[in-house]
Amino acid sequence: MSVMDERLLQVTRLVAEEPARHGDGGGVPGLLRRLCKAAERALSASGVGVSVIAEDGMRGVAAVSEPACEPIEELQFELGEGPCLDAFATGSPVLVPDLTDGAVGRWPVYTPALHEYGMRAVFAFPLQIGAARLGALDVFRIERGSLSAGEFRDALTFADVAVTTLLDGQADATPGEVADGLDEVLGQRAELFQAQGMVAVQLGISLTDALAQLRAHAYAEGRPLGNVARDVVARRISFGSGRP
Amino acid sequence: MTTVSAERLATLFVEVADTLVDEFDVVEFLQMLTQHVAGLFDTGEVGLMLADHRGRLTFMAASDESARILDLFQLQHDDGPCLDAFRTARPVTNVNLAAAADTWPQFAPRATQAGFASVHAFPLRLRKEVIGAMGVFGSATELSGTDTSIVQSLADVAVIGLLQERAIRRGEVLTGQLQGALNSRIVIEQAKGVVAQAHGLSPDAAFTLIRDFARKNNRRLSDVAATIVTRLPDLPDLSAN
Repeated sequence: MSVMDERLLQVTRLVAEEPARHGDGGGVPGLLRRLCKAAERALSASGVGVSVIAEDGMRGVAAVSEPACEPIEELQFELGEGPCLDAFATGSPVLVPDLTDGAVGRWPVYTPALHEYGMRAVFAFPLQIGAARLGALDVFRIERGSLSAGEFRDALTFADVAVTTLLDGQADATPGEVADGLDEVLGQRAELFQAQGMVAVQLGISLTDALAQLRAHAYAEGRPLGNVARDVVARRISFGSGRP
Repeated sequence: MTTVSAERLATLFVEVADTLVDEFDVVEFLQMLTQHVAGLFDTGEVGLMLADHRGRLTFMAASDESARILDLFQLQHDDGPCLDAFRTARPVTNVNLAAAADTWPQFAPRATQAGFASVHAFPLRLRKEVIGAMGVFGSATELSGTDTSIVQSLADVAVIGLLQERAIRRGEVLTGQLQGALNSRIVIEQAKGVVAQAHGLSPDAAFTLIRDFARKNNRRLSDVAATIVTRLPDLPDLSAN
């Protein structure tokens, strides 16, 4: 792994070192809960939540750093407005360092509710790979003020790790074994994204599911994801019964 | 490239700076830039990479968008001229590839194999921050000091235009904008895959189809790519006018 991925290593380590709690379980929800808690500490936040929004409209809170944070994460779905939904819809980070500064025009019901819970700033980051969108990561703070440049990059890296954790869940892989696969999933190799598009058409599924299929195949065969992607693009392997 | 006329240069700079248009598309803008820079050299291919929030260089655009060129940029994960320009914030010029195997053990042999003899790379800078790099691969092109300043200035102007500097007050906004640009590049790759599979084409040919469709219909490349990947399985008819 290159020296430049120190940030990823550090964030991965923070999540791994976050102690498990009773009721966490070993699966994706437990890992995401620890990720939220580690992010809360690293970003000096008062609450962090991950919500999942599926293409078929299914949506909901996947994990929160503390139970007290769940209502403010959940409320966005009840109201149909909030930073999480905006980050998901636009595919860009939503940064509100001061909730008293115009946020009420954007989220007329959610903003006062957040204020009631003592929150003064909120930041949301889309969980996505290109057009494949999985949800968003929300960061709540009781103090107003921007994230520092380093905190901002850390938040994006926590979002990267959340994406991989969610994909691991879909691929039925062992969650937590992120070190190998992660860099390749997010390694920006054009072939991987091209293969994702090809498999989506081959199986008639979404891009997110196509990536999960590619990862499941790589895990099952014990091969690096990048090699599987290259074979798909070169039409040496094909998913489904369509032409290779 | 020292023979470039002042008029041509002036036009170039204006075009590269003119980003305050309604239909601004990052990938198209960067493609335009790489094509302009390639036009300054007699023979050569130009490509551009931006750094993500983890400091990794990611391919964004090239004067010739083929797998052959794309690969040469992608493999600069561990070594290569773009990585050097990015890390040092200085241009890397006039490197003879045949003698560069020690400096860039991964990159140099592959670039030679792809038919190139020399490389140059220029950092993309905004004030003190380096946000990416632009690479120029060519035959035996020699760059003078003046040439180097011209290309570097063009790159500097492009970065200001790209990030619409007036809007930038904080580092997080900068990183956020880059994030959006990097993601729109991923969508284009995903669209290539969809079209390649649906029409039985290579990714290169799929890209040509998507780009030509966007041009014919006066639509932004990123929008067409997003339509292709979100309207699965109902693929729009790309051969239609």
